[in-house]
Amino acid sequence: MTLYQRRKMANMIALTLSLMAMAFGLIWLLWILETTIVKGFSALSWSLLTESTPAAGSLGGGLLNALVGSLLLVFFATVLGTPIGLLAGIYLVEYGRFTWLAKVVAFVNDVLLAGPSIVMGLFVYAVIVVPTGGYSGWAGVVALLLIQIPIVIRTTENMLLLVPQTLREAAFALGAPKWKMILAITLKAARAGIMTGILLGIARITGETAPLLFTALNNLFFSVDMSGPMANLPKMIYDFAMSPYPRWQEIAWAGVLLITMGVLFLNILARFFSRKKF
Amino acid sequence: MGNWILGGLSMAAAIFTLAALCGVIIMLGIQAWPSITEFGFSFITNSVWDPPNNVFGAFVPIYGTLITSTIALIIAIPVSFGIALFLTELAPAWLRRPLGTAIELLAAIPSIVYGMWGLLFFSPIFAKYVQTPLMNWTADIPFLNHLFAGAPIGIGLFTAGIILAIMIIPYIASVMRDVFEVVPPLLKESAYGLGCTTWEVIWSVVLPYTKAGAIGGIMLGLGRALGETMAVTFVIGNSNILDGYSLFSMGNSITSVLANEFPEASLTGFHQSALMELGLILFFITCVVLSLSKVMLLRIKKMGGP
Amino acid sequence: MKRLLMIVALMVGVVSSINAMEITGAGASFPAPLYGKWAESYNKLTGVRVNYQSIGSSGGVNQIKAKTVDFGASDTPLADADLEAAGLMQFPTVIGGVVPVINLPGIASGAMVLTGEVLADIYLGKITQWDDAAIKTLNPTLNLPNQKITVVRRADGSGTTAIFTEYLTKISPNWASQIGQGNTVNWPIGTGGKGNEGVSAFVMRLPGAIGYVEYAYAKQSTMAFVQLKNAKGETVSPSIDSFKAATQNIDWSKTFAQSLTNSSAQGAWPITSTTFILMQKQGNPEKSKTIIAFFDWAYKNGSAEALALDYVPMPADVVTAVQKAWAEKIAI
Repeated sequence: MTLYQRRKMANMIALTLSLMAMAFGLIWLLWILETTIVKGFSALSWSLLTESTPAAGSLGGGLLNALVGSLLLVFFATVLGTPIGLLAGIYLVEYGRFTWLAKVVAFVNDVLLAGPSIVMGLFVYAVIVVPTGGYSGWAGVVALLLIQIPIVIRTTENMLLLVPQTLREAAFALGAPKWKMILAITLKAARAGIMTGILLGIARITGETAPLLFTALNNLFFSVDMSGPMANLPKMIYDFAMSPYPRWQEIAWAGVLLITMGVLFLNILARFFSRKKF
Repeated sequence: MGNWILGGLSMAAAIFTLAALCGVIIMLGIQAWPSITEFGFSFITNSVWDPPNNVFGAFVPIYGTLITSTIALIIAIPVSFGIALFLTELAPAWLRRPLGTAIELLAAIPSIVYGMWGLLFFSPIFAKYVQTPLMNWTADIPFLNHLFAGAPIGIGLFTAGIILAIMIIPYIASVMRDVFEVVPPLLKESAYGLGCTTWEVIWSVVLPYTKAGAIGGIMLGLGRALGETMAVTFVIGNSNILDGYSLFSMGNSITSVLANEFPEASLTGFHQSALMELGLILFFITCVVLSLSKVMLLRIKKMGGP
Repeated sequence: MKRLLMIVALMVGVVSSINAMEITGAGASFPAPLYGKWAESYNKLTGVRVNYQSIGSSGGVNQIKAKTVDFGASDTPLADADLEAAGLMQFPTVIGGVVPVINLPGIASGAMVLTGEVLADIYLGKITQWDDAAIKTLNPTLNLPNQKITVVRRADGSGTTAIFTEYLTKISPNWASQIGQGNTVNWPIGTGGKGNEGVSAFVMRLPGAIGYVEYAYAKQSTMAFVQLKNAKGETVSPSIDSFKAATQNIDWSKTFAQSLTNSSAQGAWPITSTTFILMQKQGNPEKSKTIIAFFDWAYKNGSAEALALDYVPMPADVVTAVQKAWAEKIAI
């Protein structure tokens, strides 16, 4: 075999393996989605979105309370967490690069990424729930923040580091102040990856049960009062999927379907806008 | 002025992150203190976990966490790399976004679903079509037959590792794809211009340029694997007894013990405290793994690259 | 984005101010579906919202002590001294039973009889085959296969495990000395399933398996249950009546912290227990009143709903004792 043939062969093998990896990833997604649809399809109806969770053994009902609760929790966590994560990421690369603080924070952030979510929940329980005397949606938001922020920081840092230094120098040369350079040049150059980070963060917190267990708790009833226990999809799914009641199991799987579809929708929306805006 | 605001705000955000971790560690430390003073170092080496008799040793969960995360990384890193490669170099442009989104969707599935799906749907099929043949095949090969021993019921450390791999693929693959995409076209085009094949461009140009980012993605995935709770609990078998080093044997992980036992941990004795110490150990393991990877990164840097 | 935030904030403010009386409870997972059912019916009747969430028994005890909830719930009773120290009172709400289930092809549900000793030896790993002599003597007519016993147990800490191991501890000296009782124990053998669901899944999948689940699971699934010999030597099946029987011969007037396992009453299922509510003696009077009104309503009107979900309502004499204790202990 000539060198040329060998190189071509190596290329073929690598590309075939890459194709297989893609198929490997998709197969799991399709398999899990198929399971979800089969188990939750019969529960899909309008009442799912217009009624609150039924009691055990009751027929009908939906998951309106859990859906609205989850939307509020994730909404506030994202609105509050994304700027913090973005700013910290900017600090690590643009302002504090090479300083000991940035090095420590970057390290600490990777440690936080591995924090078991139940521990985050317990922390928020100790510093917010006990002092305020009760479970609340806000406590849940803080717990979700702590899970989401490290993901955003990690991806922001990652992407900003890859922005070529020449871009920054060009901006400076044109007389742009540093803050303008960051906002207008580097963030923009890294936006696709940063957006991925935010979306991964949202996807992650949308399905988290453990941190909410000790913070937002859950609510059997419809409530948008963020200072009281909040209903949410993950805890509902956890309780219902593990129960012996068929109607509950159906609703749980329908909830899973809803979360997946919601994240898909958000993903498409975010990509659409991020492309348009810049 | 603008610089002062952005600089100040971003520093505040960074310090907030630092404070959050310190807070978590301090809380864990306080709550774990009774267990730390009672059991000392034996907590890590002892493999007896016996709540009624108030004896706690965390060897089995620590072992389980390390093994399952390793299996997950061994599977997920090459697959994610392949996916990122496919998405940036192979797939036709119109297919890239939909396929990328599909992979990201894997991250959106709640972990309890991975757990229940793994238990009810994946493990029976895994036991029948992978585990049993693999055991028959390796039955006469020394070492391997011990590695793949045990009852083929489809749950255990290996299954947990596979489920974790599926869960972290979207994190690693998405980040790798993003960093691959920002490689300046000039670099790649010069390589192609020299007659390099796609694979050679990826391996010798794209990967060296993006290795810090790619490792960042792997860290993201590893973090998830180490800290994942619910999915592991369903498929790991939750046994605190270690017999042999078979990958098919049932085990436990730090997070599965924590999630399983915390809600019902007895209030007297050291049970809750020992669970908190487990949490602390998980943070410690993460620190060690991270430090190792930093050292590795430095080595790579010395060997060249941008 | 800012405007959206303001709208949401406004909405939050408006809706929260028109909320009706809301009571938050948390704790044991075993009675959670029933409390939820009662809460739904009570809400329709009175507008009061009783939000009960399962977070685990020790979570329930911790929360009521930390006063983050209005009432807590636990599957295992607190000792009277503990209650006194924390300023709490507890009362039982419903009875539940734990049922051993098996998966042996050819053996019908309820056909096999076991004793506590045999059950303990199986879970200790001493009896490993289904055609063991000890099982054969108890089931002379059954055609027992020469098959390995696969032991399945709960992985997560649970009240179900607490009751099961309490029973084994009472009946088997070996079990008492080697393992003991608790929400989680150091199991010598077996596969751990997460929740009743996890145990059911393993038992149904593995031929030759034995496990234990709550009655509702045993009844609603296709698994075969096992009959047990109780303290009187009778062979009993798990049922509403045999659970109820276990509450007899007990003096409820002194304390509600009673153990019902291995009951010596006639016809009693040996692995039975009650689940408890914990509340502050000196709590917010308005809330205490509402909690009592809710459970009083449940005792009087909730029996049918309990039975429909396979829970056993408390017998009338226990209810009377609880009502008396409320009047004596709770400051309203």
